[in-house]
Amino acid sequence: MSSTVITRNVVVRNPQGLHARPADLLVREASRHQAEIMIEKDGYRVDCKSILSLLTLGAECGTEMSLFAEGADAEQAVAMIAELFENGFHELEPEG
Amino acid sequence: MLELHGIPVSPGVAIGPALVLNREGYRIPHFQIAPEGVDEEISRLRVAVDEVSRALEASRLETAAIAGDSTGEIFAAQLQMLHDPRLHAELQRRIRQGGQSAAYAVSQVLHRYASDLRRLDNSLLAQRADDVVDIEQQLLHHLGVVTRRPLTELTDPVIVLTHNLTPSETANLDRRYVRGFCTEIGGPGGHMAIVAKGLELPAVVGIGEFLESVGGATTVIVDGDRGIVILDPDNDTLQRYEEGRQRRQHLALRLAELRDLPATTVDDVALSLNANIEFPHEVGACLEHGAGGIGLYRTEFLYLSSDEEPSEQDHYLAYREVVEAMQGRPVVIRTLDLGADKMGSRPLTEPEPNPFLGLRSIRLSLKHPELFRPQLRALLRAAVHGDVRVMFPLITTLSELRQAKMLINTIAEDLAEQGIAHRRDIPIGMMVEVPAAVLMLDRFVKEVDFLSIGTNDLVQYTLAVDRSNECVADLYQSSDPAVLRLIARCVEVAGQAGVPLSICGEMGSNPARSLLLVGMGVRSMSLPPNALPKVKKAIRSVSLQQCEKIAARAMTLEAARDIDLYLLERLGKFVPELIVS
Repeated sequence: MSSTVITRNVVVRNPQGLHARPADLLVREASRHQAEIMIEKDGYRVDCKSILSLLTLGAECGTEMSLFAEGADAEQAVAMIAELFENGFHELEPEG
Repeated sequence: MLELHGIPVSPGVAIGPALVLNREGYRIPHFQIAPEGVDEEISRLRVAVDEVSRALEASRLETAAIAGDSTGEIFAAQLQMLHDPRLHAELQRRIRQGGQSAAYAVSQVLHRYASDLRRLDNSLLAQRADDVVDIEQQLLHHLGVVTRRPLTELTDPVIVLTHNLTPSETANLDRRYVRGFCTEIGGPGGHMAIVAKGLELPAVVGIGEFLESVGGATTVIVDGDRGIVILDPDNDTLQRYEEGRQRRQHLALRLAELRDLPATTVDDVALSLNANIEFPHEVGACLEHGAGGIGLYRTEFLYLSSDEEPSEQDHYLAYREVVEAMQGRPVVIRTLDLGADKMGSRPLTEPEPNPFLGLRSIRLSLKHPELFRPQLRALLRAAVHGDVRVMFPLITTLSELRQAKMLINTIAEDLAEQGIAHRRDIPIGMMVEVPAAVLMLDRFVKEVDFLSIGTNDLVQYTLAVDRSNECVADLYQSSDPAVLRLIARCVEVAGQAGVPLSICGEMGSNPARSLLLVGMGVRSMSLPPNALPKVKKAIRSVSLQQCEKIAARAMTLEAARDIDLYLLERLGKFVPELIVS
């Protein structure tokens, strides 16, 4: 078993920030993995599988956050979650 | 045992079972779960969560079918909240280790999340706070908790512990069952303080956040003299308070013997001691405590205690009840003092940034004749049944007083034309509670029949301190030297003009401060009914000369605290019986 902590920085890109729908998607993605996944904003770290905790972070568009994952599928979990952030939780206007 | 400190606003001690109300004002059953009952409590929670989950899932499918997937997603987020692993970890911990009931744990935890979300200053997330509260309500419903407001349907004696009581909740407290209350917010001069005194309920307000730490408290002591609230007192404490309660009762019995004796000093200077009331039913207590009359009838509580707009007839019947019960004794009816912290359920103003400096009291009444006229008509009609006098609150300028008097004249003419019985020459007075009125008093005295100093507002406006804000409560002192100087000026000007002057604020209800007022030349006071016996006792124990010495010395002191300490020391010397611990 790997006990290494995988970390990665992400940025909230969708205009309305980490509101209910993106938080729901984030929890769903995180919950598909065994790993313990935490997310941090301004030194405040919460469980990525807890929608109530995520919402109380009040992360708005442009907020920088850090992911911390530990467990067998930690690497994969972080990659999938980072992609969600990257895609703005599918809330970005198509460019062009 | 847990001891909490707040602001004492209504004297006396009450001991009884706790009724904890959450911020929305409903009752959360708060009993300790026995260790062997924990598993059952947890399975009750699980069943409730399943039920709510099914309901949310059904709503999600239904909404998605009608309005599309994205609308149904709001329920998806709620489902996600309902199954939040952190939420369940905390609920389990509170039930297993804290012995809390499932309902209580649910309410506490979800309320904390909701208030965290509201604090974020993000309107999207603030709306999610409502979703969290919605889940809480549904869970409580399935846990068998009745979420109606409980204050109107009590069946046993309780002590109410809550964040805040609205004016209408305070006005509607069922005095048969509520023995006392404690609140997280509130200050010494707010509506809760006034009503608690009127209802003779021991009360402590402005305690700060404490409901969360109430734990499984079952018994509460409210010490309204010292501003102390004790949760789950140990036997020694309980016994100490029980003994104190008995001593107090004994003192009350001895003071009751003074009821029919006049309020005169030992050298025969007579004082007029009257009572302040909010509701007609308080007249009984006034007579029982030997009030010479009603010095202040706060009519706005007719508004605050009902959802219906009171009609002219409602006003009339209430006033008539008071006037007839007082059997010819004077009754000073103060016109509506609505606004600021006394708004009722139908705000007449837009929310104001500075409500105490805003459209309140006489200003509001003059701007809303549809509100003011029925009251004045009822007042003039009720005046034929006894000695009724009308008093306008918060008069700041001469023009306000003249407008109000003119309105009374017009209404009297209307009543005469319509052939309705009324009193034509009703005595008209004003409250002196704005420093501007004190400064212009030499002009005002020419246009009124009597004056009454409202110390609650006078203190607030002189010292620039919000009387209902617990954060500045220490500045709110009616014995502040600045306030005393204004009172002294009023006594002087009223005396020169030969206009009767009374004091109707809370200040006179403190026996030590009452001696000071007498020494300053005040000869009439209006107090909460339950304060009358003590003040009468104090007055009957001193001579005018002693009071004048007290006043002369107090006026040389520079801080409210020094003045109060000095007054308390004098009271202890002249009337030691009143110093009860």
